[in-house]
Amino acid sequence: MDNFLQQLINGLTLGSIYGLIAIGYTMVFGIIGMVNFAHGDVFMLSAFIALIIFMILTQILGLGSLPLVFIVVMVAAMALTALWNWAIERLAYRPLRGSFRLAPLISAIGMSIFLSNFVQVVQGPRNKPAPQLPNHVFNLTGGAYDVTLSVRQILIVVVTAILLAAFWYLVQYTSLGRAQRACEQDRKMAALLGIDVDATISITFVIGAALAAVAGVMFVIYYGVVNFADGFVPGVKAFTAAVLGGIGSLPGAVLGGLLIGLIEVFWSSYFTTDYKDVAAFMILAITLIFMPSGILGRPEVEKV
Amino acid sequence: MSAPSQTSELTESVASAGQLVPALRSAAAAGLVAFGLCFPIISYHAESNMENELVLIGRWPLSFAIAALVFLFVFLRQMARADWRIWFDRVGSIAAGGMGGALVQAAREGEGTAPPSAARAAFGRYFGPFALGLVIAFPLLALGLLGPSASLKWINNYGVQILIYVMLGWGLNIVVGLAGLLDLGYVAFYAVGAYSYALLSTTFGLSFWICLPLAGILAAMWGVILGFPVLRLRGDYLAIVTLAFGEIIRMVLINWVDLTNGYAGISGIPHVSFFGIPFTDDDNGFAAIFHLPFTPIYRTIFLFYLILALALLTNFVTIRLRRLPIGRAWEALREDEIACRSLGINTTNTKLTAFALGAMFGGFAGSFFSVRQGFVSPESFTFIESATILAIVVLGGMGSQLGVAIAAAVMIGVPELMRELDWMKKIFGEDFDPTQYRMLLFGAAMVIMMIWKPRGLVSTRLPSVFLKERKAVSGDLVKEGHG
Repeated sequence: MDNFLQQLINGLTLGSIYGLIAIGYTMVFGIIGMVNFAHGDVFMLSAFIALIIFMILTQILGLGSLPLVFIVVMVAAMALTALWNWAIERLAYRPLRGSFRLAPLISAIGMSIFLSNFVQVVQGPRNKPAPQLPNHVFNLTGGAYDVTLSVRQILIVVVTAILLAAFWYLVQYTSLGRAQRACEQDRKMAALLGIDVDATISITFVIGAALAAVAGVMFVIYYGVVNFADGFVPGVKAFTAAVLGGIGSLPGAVLGGLLIGLIEVFWSSYFTTDYKDVAAFMILAITLIFMPSGILGRPEVEKV
Repeated sequence: MSAPSQTSELTESVASAGQLVPALRSAAAAGLVAFGLCFPIISYHAESNMENELVLIGRWPLSFAIAALVFLFVFLRQMARADWRIWFDRVGSIAAGGMGGALVQAAREGEGTAPPSAARAAFGRYFGPFALGLVIAFPLLALGLLGPSASLKWINNYGVQILIYVMLGWGLNIVVGLAGLLDLGYVAFYAVGAYSYALLSTTFGLSFWICLPLAGILAAMWGVILGFPVLRLRGDYLAIVTLAFGEIIRMVLINWVDLTNGYAGISGIPHVSFFGIPFTDDDNGFAAIFHLPFTPIYRTIFLFYLILALALLTNFVTIRLRRLPIGRAWEALREDEIACRSLGINTTNTKLTAFALGAMFGGFAGSFFSVRQGFVSPESFTFIESATILAIVVLGGMGSQLGVAIAAAVMIGVPELMRELDWMKKIFGEDFDPTQYRMLLFGAAMVIMMIWKPRGLVSTRLPSVFLKERKAVSGDLVKEGHG
């Protein structure tokens, strides 16, 4: 039971990171029907950006107060990663809108290869260890249980929850969110009703990247190390989360992320860590084969 | 003549003056964005020091230079829209008005008698055989021109390496180009073929010529096994599930250490022999029997012709199959699955045969890979390989055999050429390593090619069935398949 509770906490932490990345996949798929293959690498890039900004703040500017540093790193990483994704969409995907369906997918795969190799070239191929941060660990020894909960884990889950709430408000109650949902339903009709479709799609990429940047900051805090190749596997797992939750559905992406995090952690704990990635990939295949619309997604209707 | 040209020049100068401010504005915006993109990731290099702590090394000049380059590029491009085209036109009209006029006239008359489409058709007809002849002669040409030691690199790194990808491209073309099934995990079958030969030869001592068909059959079986569950899936979903299967096979290769030796891979795989005669430096070796001086080049040349034969077999089978009912069913399936079903085509069998045949050729290529390397490890079968092969097929124009071959030569040959750029060290200093930019440029090339030529290098198709006359149609009319 100790182990179960402990893994539950670990799984929710990991799942929060996956959920944040999954939103980027699910929003882009919802609005332009494209699997944004480079999203995992955008996440990796954001982790690098966060790490470097953290070091600029602490080493060059000499800021001492950790909460302030944390907030500045978060905001800067979100803004810069959003700028990157905006530029990527503008250069690599927008010219291909209206082209045949495979073209953006190939372009995105190319972008993914480009981004990971770009980071390798400019930052070097070795693992980047993040500076050690103070991390208080609470021992929750109530009754028969012995479970630890670290400040980092609380921080990750709480920040994720707050940002998701803000994001939910944005999509559900603002005109921007309405425009986005309208484009998702019918792009041509939305354009006829005066919605700037290109701008809305750009903003979708910007929001997706900002949330991926939050996940990137969390990733650096949680694992304390980042590498240029770290984009691919979390990217595929987050995509799995988006598919499991029902692609196109925002609550589905979060739910899927939490489930994938939990499954991965429990699989590693109770079976073997060797095959933990296989578990995620198997879930992806099984979901797509037997339940293509996911848990919360709408089934796709085929028109002849 | 004079009055209209004066007015047009007037409007031009007004246009270029009016162009300047917006051009500057958009160039400044692009430069700022470029600077923002550079800011943390290029401006600072995070490097571990001796105590394994990260320290920052500033690289501001580089990021300023990049921003300035972007600014200049965008500015010139904006200005070029108005001015350069006019300058080009002026130069052109002067040339045409002078002595060039007669030539242009002659050329136009020539075009009248022989329409350009005929020239293109002749090019299309003779380019394939010509290229094939060139490829067959390539090792001998290289050997004759460069001698045995220098030509080894060219035959091996360019010839054999490109031909492997030509073969993989043609194999995947059956699945993606003909049947329209988007497969992102093709490398799995390549891996199955490679490990089949590696394991069968090292444990049972079977020869390459027995293992080759076995590897093909095993890969085809895996094609059916992996193809069966995904029959209902379409498009992107199919791509992702096949990607997942490709990764699962790679992870099994990594983690099933008892069978595959994990990351360390399998080494000591027997090398290829000339139908039983080994390419060794002793009395029973190839060189001694044929009374030739021993060099390792003979094995490489044999490997070259072996992969060429395998690739041509793939090509031949594909071309023949396109005319058989099964090939027509593939293409019909690519165009419209529902119509196929209503016409009584068994879509299950049609899809599975496409998967199986594509996988079989991947398996052949895999066992060739392992006999060539003498060593296999999971590192060779990553997702990048699948993406490369798919990019070759798409760039080749999905369904065009010649296009796939050209695309493979470009996508594999050009990054290989990057290794030759040692002279660039003289410009950028000794630390500059061109090979490190190989994959970076490869990814960028994929994006640029998609934007520039989304329908691939060869964007026309010859129909396999026609009524009276065989006419090439545009690739735009061919569907990419939905499932």
